[in-house]
Amino acid sequence: MSQTTLFLLLNASLATIYMVFISSILATIVGLPLGILLYITRKGNILEQKSIYQILAAIVNVGRSIPFIILMIAVIPFTRLIVGTSIGMNAAIVPLSLAAMPFIARVVENALLEVNRGLIEAATAMGATSWQIIIKVLIPESLPGIINGLTLTVISLIGFSAMAGAVGGGGLGDLAIRYGYHRFDVSMMLMTIIIMVVFVQLIQWIGDRMVHKFSHHKR
Amino acid sequence: MIILNEIYKKYSTPSGEITALNNINLRVSPGEIFGIIGKSGAGKSTLIRCVNLLEKPTSGQVIVAGEELTSLSPSELRNARRKIGMIFQHFNLLTSRTVYDNIALPLELCGYSRQQIKENIMPLLDLTGLMDKINHFPAQLSGGQKQRVAIARALASQPKVLLSDEATSALDPETTHKILDLLKNIRDTLKLTILLITHEMSVIKACCDRVAILQHGELIEENEVGEFFAHPKTPIAKKFIASSLTHTLPDAIRSKVLAFEQPDTHPVWRLRFIEKTATQPIVSQLINQFNLRINILQANVDYIKNHPLGIMIIAVAGDTSKIQAGMLYLQNLGVQLEVIGYVPNNIISFA
Ligand SMILES: Nc1ncnc2c1ncn2[C@@H]1O[C@H](COP(=O)(O)OP(=O)(O)OP(=O)(O)O)[C@@H](O)[C@H]1O
Ligand SMILES: [Mg+2]
Repeated sequence: MSQTTLFLLLNASLATIYMVFISSILATIVGLPLGILLYITRKGNILEQKSIYQILAAIVNVGRSIPFIILMIAVIPFTRLIVGTSIGMNAAIVPLSLAAMPFIARVVENALLEVNRGLIEAATAMGATSWQIIIKVLIPESLPGIINGLTLTVISLIGFSAMAGAVGGGGLGDLAIRYGYHRFDVSMMLMTIIIMVVFVQLIQWIGDRMVHKFSHHKR
Repeated sequence: MIILNEIYKKYSTPSGEITALNNINLRVSPGEIFGIIGKSGAGKSTLIRCVNLLEKPTSGQVIVAGEELTSLSPSELRNARRKIGMIFQHFNLLTSRTVYDNIALPLELCGYSRQQIKENIMPLLDLTGLMDKINHFPAQLSGGQKQRVAIARALASQPKVLLSDEATSALDPETTHKILDLLKNIRDTLKLTILLITHEMSVIKACCDRVAILQHGELIEENEVGEFFAHPKTPIAKKFIASSLTHTLPDAIRSKVLAFEQPDTHPVWRLRFIEKTATQPIVSQLINQFNLRINILQANVDYIKNHPLGIMIIAVAGDTSKIQAGMLYLQNLGVQLEVIGYVPNNIISFA
């Protein structure tokens, strides 16, 4: 393997890590509270608010039903507004985060729905405020489920980032297209695939470890 | 300590309105263990959940420790709830917290410091016998241990009242007994008032001072426990009591009992003694005074709050007139006597 190939692969890997990392964080910052909001405003829950739930659910559903490739193009004006350009890694982060937000919101909502309602009842009977119920009961009890969902999201983002890369975002996807596809560089193509597989395995492993750490259901 | 005034709870469902609680009036005195018994669907859970307003009554007043909960603001209600402990059938412990941290939760909610929490919790761990389990997670505990944790948690904020929603229904009889003993012990040491609901007469028998029967959302009978067992008023009370006492015949004999008198048979009586009659030497009286021969097929004397309550099934042999006289004698004593059948004399010996 030549020095340049190595340099290209390293650079592309770092770009992918950067895009996935930043967009995962941004998506979690919005998606986590959104998921909690969905859960608590849902029918029969601690802050039941039918209209708010329906509006949020509609937004999330719309967000999730747009294919990523379309979303990427559709948000270009918005990306330009925020980042100043529509190409490059930073520009790719905008559609990546937007795509992951509704996904995380649903994943979090589902994890919360798994929490035994008796626990919320017990906390209410102790005089807990809604905020205390969220912080002390809902989040800790659903943490394994939330981490599982976040792991899933990050792994999806690796795939999406490759797509974003293909249209000028940089990263491993970009490398695979430019060298592997356009120049028929099979070894480069293989190399990018191997690196992506390693990334996915690594993230899944970390996720599983964390789920194990926070899960005390059955040992 | 707990006063419920004209509580109604109605649910509107697609198939019409359900009246889960129909004009409930209840008074639980300080230091008392009050049991409410009822069949499934009677409204027990709804009733106990109304006491701390987990369920908001459609109308009526809930007064706990002198405070009318039904008129409080949300934040006042939260404060009032801290003085009402509650335990549940399925324990409802946080799986993500250790035993210690579960018990600490109510105090964390009140903003206690770590040190204050520790000072409050240690005596409770001792009381509930959980000292060696403090770092265990609920998944590592047995049902009885989980309920102990739940009890300690309910007591952490030093409540005046403890509500128990079928707390022993998920436990085996032996563990049930231990938990009920613990509740009695807590009542005595902490001067707590306990309201519990159950569908098992044995729970009432084991630990309650007063009992009320809930049927179709109405309290239909209320009494001191000894009185309740001695003089049940409603048919459902009698049924509950009957179900809690063993007074069936051994299979071998039961299959031979005839419904009508025939030659060479002996009558079988079921005697129910209450209060004084339970302590009198009735059998020897029958033998000596009426010259009857008695074969005891089944006997059981229970003591409920020091009131003896006995059931005996006997086969009687002797002159027909003497048997009649003996029957009259028992009835005059206040023994409830019922002829449940006749056994052929080759089955039972009176030797
Ligand atoms: N949220 C609800 N909506 C509609 N009906 C309800 C609701 N909760 C309870 N009910 C009805 O109220 C009645 C009493 O229910 P409740 O749960 O209090 O009974 P229970 O005595 O505790 O029974 P169990 O021993 O089975 O727990 C039942 O007929 C039930 O169907
Ligand atoms: Mg119930």
